[in-house]
Amino acid sequence: MEIPDDLHYTKEHEWVRVEPDGTVTIGITDYAQEQLGDIVFVELPKPDDETFVLKDEAFAVVESVKAASDVYSPITGKVIESNDDLPDNPNAINEDPYGDGWLVRLEPKNVDDVEDLMTSEEYEELVEGLED
Amino acid sequence: MRRTPLYEDHVAAGARMVEFAGWQMPVQYNSIVAEHHAVRRAAGLFDVSHMGEVELTGPGAEAACARLFANDARSLAVGRAQYSMIANPRGGLIDDIIVYRLGAERFLVCVNASNAAADLAWIREHESGSCTITDRSDATALIAIQGPEAVAIVAMLAPAAQALVRFGVGELQIAGVRALAARTGYTGEDGFELFVDAGAATTVWRTLLERGGERGLIPCGLGARDTLRLEAALPLYGHELGPDTSPFEARIGWAVKLNRPDMIGYQALSAAAAGAVRRKLVGFFVEGGIAREGAPVFAAGSAAGDAAERAVGNVTSGSHSPTLGRAVAMALIEIDAGAGPFEIEVRGKRRSAVVTNLPFYVKRA
Repeated sequence: MEIPDDLHYTKEHEWVRVEPDGTVTIGITDYAQEQLGDIVFVELPKPDDETFVLKDEAFAVVESVKAASDVYSPITGKVIESNDDLPDNPNAINEDPYGDGWLVRLEPKNVDDVEDLMTSEEYEELVEGLED
Repeated sequence: MRRTPLYEDHVAAGARMVEFAGWQMPVQYNSIVAEHHAVRRAAGLFDVSHMGEVELTGPGAEAACARLFANDARSLAVGRAQYSMIANPRGGLIDDIIVYRLGAERFLVCVNASNAAADLAWIREHESGSCTITDRSDATALIAIQGPEAVAIVAMLAPAAQALVRFGVGELQIAGVRALAARTGYTGEDGFELFVDAGAATTVWRTLLERGGERGLIPCGLGARDTLRLEAALPLYGHELGPDTSPFEARIGWAVKLNRPDMIGYQALSAAAAGAVRRKLVGFFVEGGIAREGAPVFAAGSAAGDAAERAVGNVTSGSHSPTLGRAVAMALIEIDAGAGPFEIEVRGKRRSAVVTNLPFYVKRA
């Protein structure tokens, strides 16, 4: 189970990376992709000036063979980019959840909001609790 | 929760176990999609020991099968199997089954795990008393090996396997274990289903995996079994089939033989065969997500409030087809719903659904 220590996490198993330019990238964790199994369909928001996502609101859907799962935004912001490669290759989330499997990039309303999220240590504890 | 004799092997192999019909069963070992492809391209090994086995023996066994089951067991030669059903008097189904004729007066019936208890009670209640009914479920393990390499793998251990024809059944010796081998399956591929004593299941399972590995054999879970049977449009009880669904709605009317007026359900099934059915099972390609079981099907263009708003049917099974790389669904829709276009509700949104011929996948000859 990979849990990079430079990311922020949510209890719904999303990760957030703060980029050098102040934008944030969002994806689902290694644990989440493993629980879901083979991901075969992804629905992402379209980036434009009007596409805002709100903290704790479902903004994307990932579907595995067995089930559909909403992805909740860890943070409020404007969608500036969606991972266009995912609809044709949703399996990238399984293979590289913290890299090629990223979902969207946001311009956060307030980048300090990420400080409210879990650290890698806190998230690791959460996952260990779930696996018991 | 019940466990099959192979439970420890599944856990040791890292399978994800789920509850199914009161049993703890492997849903996947590693990846449903990879396991699915293994069966289409090489071979997969399935533990389906949760399924039930009921034996009918004695001078009256043939007549009992002929009355209890919708296909005509009298036409079965010894060493042959047929797809059949247990119909209720309304012409709906209590279960769909495979009947194996093991002797002139000996029939083995393989039933769904979810219906095993009800089937046994029904058979005991309606059997005329002229045959012996034995529940073999606890003493029997069932291992399915399926895929283009399946026959060659079994033949490495038991050369006689080659001689078993499709829907043939006979005894094989596999790793010193006596197995009742049937050239049947539930994946749309060639292969065998092997009935063995519960105590010998691990020997057969491990030997097949060991020897079959070189030909690409891997263990497969119920997840791949479901996507494989869906591509092959094989109905699953509780989804396409049920007490209020006619076999003539569910595309299995071909297995109903209306040549015995004393067979249970004869009148209702005769009426259904003559056209008295409300629905038909159709296949869809779905855009924009996976239409899951229960999703309503609409005539395209109808919107909330329209007269045409009423759903014309519901999805019975829907998933991603790994072979086709797209979302597929089977749905029971009203027989006069027309030719489409249709839409299916996927996570609250109407999505385009294009009718396509069933099955979605046919094995190359």
